[in-house]
Amino acid sequence: MTARRLDIANLTVRARGGARAPLVAGIDLSLSSGEVLALVGASGSGKSMTCAGALDVLPPGTWRETGTLLVDGEPCQPKTVRGRKVATILQAPRSAFNPVLTMRRHAEETLKALGFPKPRWDAIIASAMADAGLGEPDRILALHPFEMSGGMLQRMMIALALMSEAPFLFADEPTTDLDLIVQSEILDCLDRLRKERGLGILLVTHDMGVVARLADRVAVMEAGRIVETGGIDRMFHEPAHPVTRRLVDAHLSLYAPDVAP
Amino acid sequence: MSLLAADAVSRAYETGMGWGERQKTRVLDAVSVSIEAGETVGLLGRSGCGKSTLARLLVGLERPDAGCVRFEGRPLDELSKAERLAFRRSVQMVFQDSLGAVDPRSTVRAILAEPLRHLLKLSKSEREPAIADLLRRVGLEPRDADKLPGQMSGGQLQRVCIARALAPQPKLIVLDEAVSNLDLHLQIQMLDLFEHLRRETGLAYLFVTHDLRLVERFASRVLVMDEGRVCEEAAVSRPLALASPAGRALGAAVLPAMPGATRRPARAAG
Repeated sequence: MTARRLDIANLTVRARGGARAPLVAGIDLSLSSGEVLALVGASGSGKSMTCAGALDVLPPGTWRETGTLLVDGEPCQPKTVRGRKVATILQAPRSAFNPVLTMRRHAEETLKALGFPKPRWDAIIASAMADAGLGEPDRILALHPFEMSGGMLQRMMIALALMSEAPFLFADEPTTDLDLIVQSEILDCLDRLRKERGLGILLVTHDMGVVARLADRVAVMEAGRIVETGGIDRMFHEPAHPVTRRLVDAHLSLYAPDVAP
Repeated sequence: MSLLAADAVSRAYETGMGWGERQKTRVLDAVSVSIEAGETVGLLGRSGCGKSTLARLLVGLERPDAGCVRFEGRPLDELSKAERLAFRRSVQMVFQDSLGAVDPRSTVRAILAEPLRHLLKLSKSEREPAIADLLRRVGLEPRDADKLPGQMSGGQLQRVCIARALAPQPKLIVLDEAVSNLDLHLQIQMLDLFEHLRRETGLAYLFVTHDLRLVERFASRVLVMDEGRVCEEAAVSRPLALASPAGRALGAAVLPAMPGATRRPARAAG
């Protein structure tokens, strides 16, 4: 039975150095399958630390003080969840790949780690790559990262995430640094996966345009806390918290007055 | 006479691995562009269209294979020593990758002192207040001067790079995706600062980006590049309606302002 709901409960992350305020302070988030929850906020507000803290992959010098991860209401060890129930894609796909390995080796490494039987590998790779919008899998599997564009690499990262058959995806700034055309292709791809595979996506971004395109709900972070959560329409039309209002106003000021409310 | 102009410049890079089988990939094909004093020109295009190469040629970081770049009417190759100093002072550039654009072992003070010393010939006692002033202008604190690049966030460091470009009181700043890594409210704060300086001092900008929204907000004229050529030149209107296929594709890819609409209404019609 596929998991339908993921909860992050009371997550607190601290950095070494004593009295300083926690990087993430008692956060609660819940994500359902087929839903896109956007986690937004300024850089340094703790968005990425929330993802890393939930999955217990925090950088050195930081640690999880409190926090529970629940799958369908059952508390789980993060190490049994990451890569199996929750796949992750990151910003800057170029630095996320091993430069000396082909895409096939990356895919095989993932499948081996997940313990899929070898006879199934080709079928899993083919279906994941097709769902990530990568045609000609044989040609692409032979390539090294430097032979691929940023958009292709990000699609390959999505394909690797899909191979896990995890019901949830943490997407940390998945389209930052990609040009707008590639960005909209990647967002279309994530939208399709949410609809077709019922993927539940936690989308970390600072771009409210990405949020407007894809999200169902929005959680706004500032200084390690969630200051406002709500449905996408209310957050854009009636933002309650000053931080939300500032994000929406800054975003709308980029558009000509004809599309602003 | 234009402040800075490229006259049918072409540039090719060698590609290919290992020995033998090298080939030349042409990234710019007889591109011409001119920037007048006090003007903001947007240079818009997808990744890989050659816009950064054009920017590098314009500031003299690379030389064109064919064609020439002129500063105040004079080809860069023919500038005298004094003219070259004036060119270096007048034309500044801000890069996308701020961490790669500074010496990681220099303090912010040393980073900002360099142009003040070499291009403005300020003495040590004159430099300190100038550094504090530059930091305040970009929304940082004078005490940030003691920090090293690694101690700052990407957004703070990019503002140091912008302050460094402003330091020699230039006539033109080339901004190569210089604000795209910043949070949106910082992007807008920087664009407002640039606009303020343009009004106050007549500074001109070449604004290199793939984001049509920023061009629309900030530039008065736009050049659209595709596969090493300028395929469209237009005055910026709001909303910006581009005619070339490359320009229209960039317009169609702009993210929606509000949820519900998958495309901006104004673009879907265009």
